[in-house]
Amino acid sequence: MVRLPRAEPAEAVDAATVASLKERLDAAAQARLGHGLAIRHMNTGSCNGCELELRALNGVLYDLSRFGLRFVDQPAHADVLLVTGPLTHNLRQALEQAWDATPDPKWVVALGDCAVDGGVFKGGYAVLDGPGAVLPVDLTIGGCPPSPARILAGLRALLEANSP
Amino acid sequence: MNMLPPFLRDATMEACRPWPRFELIAPQWSALAREPVALLAVWADTARVHALYRHLPSDLILPVSVAPEDGAYPALSIWHPLAAWFERMIHNLWGHVPAGGDTRPWLDHGHWPQTTVMAARPGPPVASAEPPEFQEVGDGTAMQWPIGPLAAGIGEAAHLRLTLDGTRIVRAESRLGYTHKGTLHLMRGKSPRVAARFAARLAGNATVAHSIAFAGAAEAALAIQAPPRAVGLRSLMGALERIATFLDDLATIAGLAGDTRAHAYCGVQQEYVRRALAGAFGHRLMMDGVVPGGVAGEPDANGLSILRQVLDGLADSMPAIRRMFAGGLLADRLTGLAVTDRQLLDALPVVGVVREARQFGGDAAARCRTRLEAIARDTETCVSLLAALPEGPLAVALPLNSGEGLGYAASPRGAIWHWLRLDHGQIAAAFPCDPGWALWPLAEATLVGAAASDAGLILCSMGLPVSGMDL
Repeated sequence: MVRLPRAEPAEAVDAATVASLKERLDAAAQARLGHGLAIRHMNTGSCNGCELELRALNGVLYDLSRFGLRFVDQPAHADVLLVTGPLTHNLRQALEQAWDATPDPKWVVALGDCAVDGGVFKGGYAVLDGPGAVLPVDLTIGGCPPSPARILAGLRALLEANSP
Repeated sequence: MNMLPPFLRDATMEACRPWPRFELIAPQWSALAREPVALLAVWADTARVHALYRHLPSDLILPVSVAPEDGAYPALSIWHPLAAWFERMIHNLWGHVPAGGDTRPWLDHGHWPQTTVMAARPGPPVASAEPPEFQEVGDGTAMQWPIGPLAAGIGEAAHLRLTLDGTRIVRAESRLGYTHKGTLHLMRGKSPRVAARFAARLAGNATVAHSIAFAGAAEAALAIQAPPRAVGLRSLMGALERIATFLDDLATIAGLAGDTRAHAYCGVQQEYVRRALAGAFGHRLMMDGVVPGGVAGEPDANGLSILRQVLDGLADSMPAIRRMFAGGLLADRLTGLAVTDRQLLDALPVVGVVREARQFGGDAAARCRTRLEAIARDTETCVSLLAALPEGPLAVALPLNSGEGLGYAASPRGAIWHWLRLDHGQIAAAFPCDPGWALWPLAEATLVGAAASDAGLILCSMGLPVSGMDL
């Protein structure tokens, strides 16, 4: 009988090397995969111009998902409330309810001139001149409406600022 | 004029251009509603309630007015159900009461610092906001599904109350006014050039059309005409806006129907057009490009030639887009979905995609096909306009005169009417009539019988605007 050669028993791996590798992998994963923002769009009286550009941004050319950005349906699933429009009195309650339903930590982005300060509707009887009147706004992206490229630049800046 | 009802011949005619406005007394106002007329819009100013009709036998546009007595005027909604929402809007803004009509709130949800803000003397704020009332169906035990005002997805803010039997919709009632921005109040007292910025922000995907109709009304009121080059550029911009908006519609419809390929493809085509518009007109939506008296600026020559190439590219990809909508998943999903009722459609002043789609069966697939044909038609229009734009000045100065005028434009959503009265170069009163006023009642009826989960897709296929009618 010829005994077939077998592999020798392996030595235990060095715990220190494992720990250091794990640390490096975690850091790399955080840097590459740890970014991500779930965005809930809130129309608080927009003319639909900002929405048009947001839909364009959500198209294949800008490919939001590669940056970890995605639109969600529920405020409860969101990190960011992306607010368009001058905040009409008639939508104030709806915005406040959405804010209450969004878990911490959360950010408010005012998108477009109307949301920044009321835009052309500033001072009108029916508007509150943007979400800043009732919520803490973290980032403003001006423009009437801002182009998809400008919106993307703003959202990526928010990502960078909040990445580990 | 001879075909008009005899009592109109005795009525006072006001100098509204291009169609004179008839000042009526209450019995004449009610009598005209029973004539063969199509109601297009109802609005008001501090002293009068106005209605815009198309007189069917003569095909004349007929603006008429009545002065409310003791704050009330005869409701038109008794004969024209379309008038009901207009009357509720008038009641909220000016306080004129439609006698025999519905006075439930429409735009005023009880949160404004004042009531009847457009009246000569606005009222005090209401003590507390009342929740909206919806009509009960059956014994009131049916399942109700409220959608919005801030529904999922990137869209407009409106509330839809669906009453369900299982998964089928048995009744759909909408509640609008959430995006009311006080546009009319802001326009009042301003020059047409300044107020044009508000007209351009009534509806983002019809900003050019609203600007054209507004400019047309201002020019009619002042009895001036935009120069030929401005007229040519306006036609071009209007057609380009329809192309881009229809591509956006098709992309969104495809996305909701679950066809990611058509969604991506139409979206990319729209984006190419928008980028070319930014190059040629300096703005992706061409917002503020049309001004009373003409157009705001000369388009970039290089940008126009790139636009021409993009349009050629779009024409080349049309057969592929047509194939996506004519077969497979999209045809399965859209054929037979939400067929508009011919009788109801004929009773409403709906024009554009939703009406033209009747010739292909009136379902969601037909509305997509109509959009595809409109894109092809408008692309040809643009190409021929680009080849032969008249030379000359871009705008004329606006005299500081008084006058009254009506303007019209074809938007991606249908007909837009603007009415305007100028007092020494300043806006004394204005009203923009958005196509939404006619489309929403049709949408409510069309939703009945459909699956509740299809509601978003159906509304998108009908292209319902919100902001423009919320004012």
